[in-house]
Amino acid sequence: MRRYVIKRLAQAVGVLWAAYTVSFLVLDFLPGDPVTAMASAGMDSGQVDPAQLAALRHEYGFDKPVLAQYADYLGRAVRGDFGDAISTGRPVASTVADALPQTLQLTGTALLLAVVFGAGLAVVATYTSQRWLRQFLLSLPPLGVSVPTFWVGLLLVETFSFRLEWFPAFGNDGFQGLVLPAVTLAIPTGAQVAQVLAKSLLTALDQAYVETARAKGAGRWRVHLRHALRNASLPALTVVGLLVGQLVAGSVVVETVFSRDGLGRVTAAAVTSQDIPLVQGVVVFGALIFVATNLLVDLVYPLLDPRIVVASDRGASFA
Amino acid sequence: MTTHGHENGGDSDDGGNGEMTDDVTAPLLEIRGLSVSYRTRGGAVPAVRGVDLDVWPGQVTAVVGESGSGKSTTAHAVTRLLAANGTIDAGTVRFGRHDLATLSEPELRAVRGAQIGLVPQDPTVSLNPVKRIGEQVAEVLRIHGLATRRTAAAEAVAVLDRAGLPDAAVRARQYPHELSGGMRQRVLIAIAIAAKPRLIVADEPTSALDVTVQRVILDHLQHLTEELGTAILLVTHDLGVAADRSQRLVVMEQGRVVEAGETRAVLADPQHEYTRRLLASAPSLTTARTRTPVSAAPAEETTPLVEVRNLVKEFRLPRTGGEARTLRAVDDVGFTLRRGQTLALVGESGSGKSTTARLVLRLTEPTAGQLLFDGTDVTAAKGAQVRQLRRRAQLIYQNPYASLDPRFSIAEVITEPLRAFKVGDRASRLARAGELLDRVALPAATLERRPAELSGGQRQRVAIARALALSPDLVVCDEPVSALDVSVQAQVLDLLAELQADTGVAYLFISHDLAVVRQIAHQVAVMRAGRVVETGPPEELFSAPRHEYTRELLAAISGGRFADAAAAPITSRGPA
Repeated sequence: MRRYVIKRLAQAVGVLWAAYTVSFLVLDFLPGDPVTAMASAGMDSGQVDPAQLAALRHEYGFDKPVLAQYADYLGRAVRGDFGDAISTGRPVASTVADALPQTLQLTGTALLLAVVFGAGLAVVATYTSQRWLRQFLLSLPPLGVSVPTFWVGLLLVETFSFRLEWFPAFGNDGFQGLVLPAVTLAIPTGAQVAQVLAKSLLTALDQAYVETARAKGAGRWRVHLRHALRNASLPALTVVGLLVGQLVAGSVVVETVFSRDGLGRVTAAAVTSQDIPLVQGVVVFGALIFVATNLLVDLVYPLLDPRIVVASDRGASFA
Repeated sequence: MTTHGHENGGDSDDGGNGEMTDDVTAPLLEIRGLSVSYRTRGGAVPAVRGVDLDVWPGQVTAVVGESGSGKSTTAHAVTRLLAANGTIDAGTVRFGRHDLATLSEPELRAVRGAQIGLVPQDPTVSLNPVKRIGEQVAEVLRIHGLATRRTAAAEAVAVLDRAGLPDAAVRARQYPHELSGGMRQRVLIAIAIAAKPRLIVADEPTSALDVTVQRVILDHLQHLTEELGTAILLVTHDLGVAADRSQRLVVMEQGRVVEAGETRAVLADPQHEYTRRLLASAPSLTTARTRTPVSAAPAEETTPLVEVRNLVKEFRLPRTGGEARTLRAVDDVGFTLRRGQTLALVGESGSGKSTTARLVLRLTEPTAGQLLFDGTDVTAAKGAQVRQLRRRAQLIYQNPYASLDPRFSIAEVITEPLRAFKVGDRASRLARAGELLDRVALPAATLERRPAELSGGQRQRVAIARALALSPDLVVCDEPVSALDVSVQAQVLDLLAELQADTGVAYLFISHDLAVVRQIAHQVAVMRAGRVVETGPPEELFSAPRHEYTRELLAAISGGRFADAAAAPITSRGPA
């Protein structure tokens, strides 16, 4: 068990390194550099003193060969120093740390909503004996997955902020301001949870052990919740682990639509201004969240299904 | 269909004969005019039509029939545990004061588990994999209020102990996957008997188990029910099991009861044509039906087709904490197989018989030992040499439902080996396929069809045709008939014997079923835990087994009691 965790942590470091490297290369391939962007943003005319630019480039190390730059950045990142954001001059670490609580609040709420409503929909849809209700409920997830997030966001704002004036349209004002963006973010996520869970519940209900349970005299609700649900929860759990990454990515759109401060907007701004240190910091941090969630999911599997043994070699082994 | 005697005449008068000594006057379960159908895309398909059936208190009533005969559906209809698309169209299921066919769902729940227990078909999938054994047994007691949260755990252990599970207290804390199939079936029996029901419905309770385990489980089930006075409705495809275990027998065909009555009477003097056919094809009951080996063994001086010496195969087991462990699946195995003969490898699951076959075909690499094919050492053969071996040695798999590509037409299935070895052109290959189909007694029109359109027996014929396409010297048959109904089994075995007589092909025949082996083998090798414990011609092995394990296997063949006890010899073979 301990060996397994250590091995997984080593893999996580590999993933973080890969994320760092790929994002560095992508940014390097983009035309122009952050210094030009920054300099031109500050002036009305396009005329910038070339000598000044050269000095700036030298200061940030952009005049060095790409490999040397990479080694330089990586070396400092390993020590936890992601440098200063070019656009603001503030340290990357504190920029991320400041934006983080807002985003965690948003994605955490969205995840909670997604799991509760997604799982609830799946359970009710597979439990009900009303055909029309089942058909109706099961048609919702595909719809939720296919509508674009920004469109849902705009629709919600239009309805609940401008017409009904129940919730604010933008900003970070406590719980009130959290509702609409969280719902927007939760819809596609919850839809995927519902889809996977409903499918695996139907599969589980078809298994022979369900008949054994019915033969014992168990009621439908007991069969559904005590026997089928736990067996069906594994695929859904896997999906939840992957969806956390999607939520972080989704916060970019949602925070922009609702003008909320947070990691998503920081990311959007950093990419637009080609702020390499800041983008790198955000990417590594996002990867960290993703890796940690999935490690957690993998460690939860054996608690749900005793057949899964967390083994140090060859992954899971089956008896 | 009515002739006389014990024919099922639509009421319970068949229960009134003299041997019935039970102090009962009415059946415990009385099914009348039961019809069940399944809704499918193509409309309602009737599965059970107008079935009448009685189960008397304290007795075992066996329902026999082939797959699709509706026996399982009948059993499940008793407590309305039908698949979601199944409905009871007509009939009554009287149990005590209730008609189970019309009882409300909550009322029915009070009957299920408490008064009628179910032992399901496949123990490997019938327990909830994520719940502890004890919890699953305790659940019955908790549902019916027979134990409190506090007492349920101890009660469950006691029930498991009664069901014959060794170390019940330890097992109760384990999960299903940590138990063997036999142990799991005992757990399911414990679940069925926990609430001391008056009736147990056992749906093929041992078909998924090894023969020796089968016997122990059935013995125990019988013993338990005798003790408690529980009646059993035993559904089985195995006439041998029914003959051994039941007092009353119900024979079903295509959703109808064709014959019912006292087991001994039905078997001694079957009235219905279908019962006779079923009896004639049941391998375990027809001791008379030993086939005289086709053509005596060829002269000794010819080199044997396959010679295996000291073959060993080890598998690495997943490391669990300590050092690496290995499993010796095949342990110092040696045998010879001559041309035109059949060598049967017999043993239970895990005995290494399938691995041995795979080694002979060079589908796995041996760890040690020597393998000679037609006098040539092919132990370390590579590339072209192995391909040459493939051409001369073919394989027939156990499951004809899985071994044919569903997207191929039958013509494509049969000609695939020819295409693989670039034999002939399109037209000649197709001609060969037609000829092969004729050989395995399938109409030429079958060439155009897809595997899904064929029955299990027909598919296995196609698999045989495919195996013979390249005129191989050796065909390895891995449990070729275990997935088939008994009457079809007999036909396929006949076909294999016929083809051997015609073509001189040798079979390496793998089976867990001694009764089947007796019909086809010239030589038998009994395997246990990777070793060959005894070899010899079947007559010798069956009449005078030397090894303890062989004796155990022989004793486990069901139908033995009937064959011993029944004075009436079963008439020879039915139409194949």
